[in-house]
Amino acid sequence: MKFSLGPSLFFWPKNEVVDFYQQAKESSADVIYLGETVCSKRRELRAKDWLGLAQDVAQDTNKQIVVSTMTLLESPAEIQVLKRLCDNGEFLVEANDLSAVQIMHELNMPFVAGPAINCYNLSTLKVLLKQGMTRWLMPVELSGDWLKTLLNQASDAGIRQQFECEVFSWGYLPLAYSARCFTARSEDKAKDDCEYCCIKYPEGRRMNSREGERVFVLNGIQTLSGYQYNLINEMPALDAMGVDIARISADSTEAFTQLDNFREQLVNPTRKELDGVTECNGFWHKIAGMSVA
Amino acid sequence: MELLCPAGNLPALKTAIDNGADAVYIGLKDDTNARHFAGLNFNDGKLAKAADYVHQRGKKLHVAINTFAHADGEERWQKAVDNAVAIGTDALIIADLGVLDYAATKYPEVERHVSVQASTTNLEAIKFFKNNFDVQRVVLPRVLSVQQVRQLAKSSPVPLEVFAFGSLCIMAEGRCYLSSYMTGESPNTVGACSPAKYVRWQDTDKGLESRLNGVLIDRYQEDENAGYPTLCKGRFEVDDNVYHALEEPTSLNTLELIPDLIAMGIVSVKIEGRQRSPAYVEQVAKTWRMALDRYQQSPENYAVEGAWMNTLANLSEGSQTTLGAYHRKWQ
Repeated sequence: MKFSLGPSLFFWPKNEVVDFYQQAKESSADVIYLGETVCSKRRELRAKDWLGLAQDVAQDTNKQIVVSTMTLLESPAEIQVLKRLCDNGEFLVEANDLSAVQIMHELNMPFVAGPAINCYNLSTLKVLLKQGMTRWLMPVELSGDWLKTLLNQASDAGIRQQFECEVFSWGYLPLAYSARCFTARSEDKAKDDCEYCCIKYPEGRRMNSREGERVFVLNGIQTLSGYQYNLINEMPALDAMGVDIARISADSTEAFTQLDNFREQLVNPTRKELDGVTECNGFWHKIAGMSVA
Repeated sequence: MELLCPAGNLPALKTAIDNGADAVYIGLKDDTNARHFAGLNFNDGKLAKAADYVHQRGKKLHVAINTFAHADGEERWQKAVDNAVAIGTDALIIADLGVLDYAATKYPEVERHVSVQASTTNLEAIKFFKNNFDVQRVVLPRVLSVQQVRQLAKSSPVPLEVFAFGSLCIMAEGRCYLSSYMTGESPNTVGACSPAKYVRWQDTDKGLESRLNGVLIDRYQEDENAGYPTLCKGRFEVDDNVYHALEEPTSLNTLELIPDLIAMGIVSVKIEGRQRSPAYVEQVAKTWRMALDRYQQSPENYAVEGAWMNTLANLSEGSQTTLGAYHRKWQ
C-alpha cells in the first residue's frame, strides 16, 4: 500500500505553503496532492503558482504529484481557473466536482475522483470509469464494510484493475460545504468583505459545544470534523482488502510524522488507543463518525 | 413557472393539488428518498392513488429517488425507479449517478430531473448530466446567489428548478456529512438529517437542553422558543462567543424574487417540506398560488403582501424567513 499527502485544506501564506511542500518532498509520502479545494478567494497562490509549485515539487523525485481542484464551484470565473488546472498537460488531476469530471472527459485525460464526488456504488463506479477515472477516493462517511462490498463487486465485475482505491485515513474530515463563509461569520463579516480572515487560522477555528466538546472546525465555507479521523489501527485491514493508497490529510506538519507512523503500522502493527476527545474512527466502523470503536 | 409542492402522504398531496400546485413531488416508503421519516411517504398502493389523483386533475407527479444507492442494495433503488415508472410518474428526481444511468438506459422516455442532492452548481456540471443522462431538468442547490442563478439560467442547456420556500439547508445538499458524523445517519445514506431518534430534551438548572446523540446542540432560557435540534442550527462556542455559528433556525422565503425568477426563465419553484403536515402544505400552496397568479395578472404591479409574509413566517422555523444564499449578504 502507498501513502499520500492530501491537499492542505487551510489557507496559509504563500511562503509557508512553499515551505510545507519542500518538507513534503522530503517526507515519506508516495503521492502528493496540492491545490486549493475550498475557496476561490484564497489567492496567496493562483493557478499558475500551484502549477509552478507542482513542477518544483516534482523535480528530482519519484513521488507522484496530483493537482487538486475546487469542490464548490459557483461562477464562470471559477470554472475558467478549473479548466486551466485541468488542462495543465503534465499532472494528474483530482476532480472534486462533476464539473472537473466533465472537463477531464472532454480533454480525454485520466482523473482522480476526490472524496466530495458522491460515488457510493458499483453502477456509479462504472459511470466514472467511463469518464476516465483512474483512482477513486471513497466518500468519507462510508464504512470499511461498505468498501469491502464495493471492491468485491468491482472484482466480480472485472473492473477492479481499472482503478486504484484511496481512503482518507488521517486528519480533519471534510464534512460539508456552504455558500456561507463561517470563518467570516465568526468575525462578524460578510463573505464579500471577508478580508481573507481565514489566513489567521492555520488550522481552522474550533466550534465547540457549550460543554467544551470539539464539534466541528470552521474552515471558510468548509466544515471539518472537530476530531481528527485516525485509521491507524485499521491499516492492516485496508491493506488486506486491497486499498491501494491511504491518505494523510495535510492538517499541519504533524502529517509528516503521521505518514511515518502509518507506514510503520503496516510493517509492525501496534494498537494505538484513540483518546475519543481529539480523535475518532467512527465512520469506518459504521457508527457516528465522531465516535471511537 | 410551475409551482411544485411537497407531499408526505395522500392527504397532503390532495391538499397541494386542491390549493394550486401544478405538480407534486413525493417519495417511497423506504430509504430511497431524502425524507425517510417514520409514518411518512408512499407504499405501492398509495403511489398509484397519488398518480391517479394528480393525473385526473391534469397536474404532474414527480417521484424523488434521491438518496445514494447502497453498495449492497442497488436493486432497491432500481426497483423504486421501476415502481415510479409503472404508476406513470411524470418525472424521476435522482441524485445518484448509477441510478440515473439505470433510469436513462431503461426508461429513456421518462423525464429525469437532477435532484438538489446531486449538488449541481455550475454549467460544466450541468453539461455532465445532460451529456451522460439526457436529463430534462436540474434542481439547483440552495448555495447560489440570485446573480449566479441568473448567469447559470442564461447558459444552461437544461431548464432549471429552484427552491422557493421551506426549511433552509445551508450546506451544498448531498455534500454534507455533518449528520452522519454526529449520529451515523445522513441524508445521503439513510435519507434523514439529525434523525429524531437521536434527539433528547432535558430540563436542567441551566435551561432546557436539546441534544443530538449526546452532543449539546442548544440550551434555551425560559423566554426563548425551543426549536428542533437540526445540528447546523444550534448555538455553539467559537472562542468565547456563543452564537448560531452556522445558521439560525430560519426558513427560506423567496416571494420577492418571483419577478426575477420568471424573467430568468426558471421553470419551476419548489416548496420544501414533505415531512410537514397537510395544513402546512395548504397554507404554503395557497399563498404561493396567490403570489404567482398576482404576478401573471399584472407583472408591473407585483408586490409582496404583508399577509403572505406573515402566513409563511408562521410556518417557518423560528418564525423567521430569509432569502438565504440568494442574497449575497447572507453568505
